Amino acid sequence: MMVETHRACLECDMLHEITEMHSGEAGYCQRCGAVLFRSQKNSLDGALAFALTGLIFFFLANLFPLLEFEMQGNIQTNRLIDGSIEFFSAGYGLLGLVVLLSSVVAPMLILLFLVSILLPLKFHKKPFFPEAQIRLLVHLRPWAMAEIFVLGIIVAYVKLGDFADVSLGVSLFSFVFMVLATLLAYVTLDMKDLWYRLGELQKK
Amino acid sequence: MTQERQPQRQTARQIGAVSCHACHFLVMPDDPVVDHKYCPRCNSGIFSRKKNSINRTWALLVAAMILYIPANIFPIMTVVSFGKKTEDTIISGVLHLAGSGQWVIALVVFVASILVPIIKIISLTFLNASVQIKFRWRPKERAYLYRIIETIGRWSMVDIFMISILIGLVKLQAIATVEVGPGALAFAAVVILTMFAAMAFEPRLIWDQAEDSVHGRG
Repeated sequence: MMVETHRACLECDMLHEITEMHSGEAGYCQRCGAVLFRSQKNSLDGALAFALTGLIFFFLANLFPLLEFEMQGNIQTNRLIDGSIEFFSAGYGLLGLVVLLSSVVAPMLILLFLVSILLPLKFHKKPFFPEAQIRLLVHLRPWAMAEIFVLGIIVAYVKLGDFADVSLGVSLFSFVFMVLATLLAYVTLDMKDLWYRLGELQKK
Repeated sequence: MTQERQPQRQTARQIGAVSCHACHFLVMPDDPVVDHKYCPRCNSGIFSRKKNSINRTWALLVAAMILYIPANIFPIMTVVSFGKKTEDTIISGVLHLAGSGQWVIALVVFVASILVPIIKIISLTFLNASVQIKFRWRPKERAYLYRIIETIGRWSMVDIFMISILIGLVKLQAIATVEVGPGALAFAAVVILTMFAAMAFEPRLIWDQAEDSVHGRG
């Protein structure tokens, strides 16, 4: 078993001893002020619950329209993936790919990885290649931009509101709830706990 | 000096340890791990400092600076309504929002699409130059600056998402359509290149130089 006694600051490399902390507390680097670690009670169960909730909302967000647009008696709606499809058909495949990855694929994969790591752990089973899944989770995170997509929807809504009737679709709310659930899953998840539990399983 | 009387805190590098950049596990120099190339816990490649970070950051930054020009000159989208075409660049998009009285949204888009990319390019240029010339000035403030631009950089994508929603929604042939402009491609490239540049930058270098200079004097 590898025991973690010290941790180096992610931003400045300063060594710190890992100390017992109460739930909800965070440790900060004494030199540069970066967050070193956070402690959460029942972090793995909580994060699993939020990730499962997020997945359900992600599924709903794909089924229904995001916005409804009406002009001169004509009604148009758009789904989550329609933006990427339109970029592709307009000859901007690269933009389509970027939008698809950052607003659909990466947010979905993050939730899927969280569930596929945490669900087996809940039943004391070893997840499938947990190291690779955690690595992907870390590297995907900056490219999942669902929360920025929500801001994009708000801007588009305001822009269109000037010359047409726009109403909000069911999927828009699902998408916002997915963003919140993902955020809460991240806030709740304590990576120290996760590695500890994985290490315990390997010992057996 | 008072600094020398206090127990000297050490960095991982000073004791020969390496902190995994993916899972933050600390690999000690005397750990019985296979070859000190891969993290024993998560299997990522481990390294004390990002390799060639200064040169890679420059390359990505210069590419972003060049693309910043077409991103602002060319239209990012064209609204065609009843045969009348209105082209929007990044800047005119903000002006239109402000003109129609949407001050809050105009301000948000101004910050995300105009202010953030400029601040990010200037700050990264300053940070990368500062570690290259081994500047010792205010490491803590420079570390804060890096942390801020790393967090806010992604929000510039908001304009690209706005376009993706408009082109998917406004498709009423003769009445109203929205078309993508080449500026959008250049702008997305600027955002992504600056994100990669921020990832390539090694914030630990800010502190390495401060440490080295302390040791050099002592």
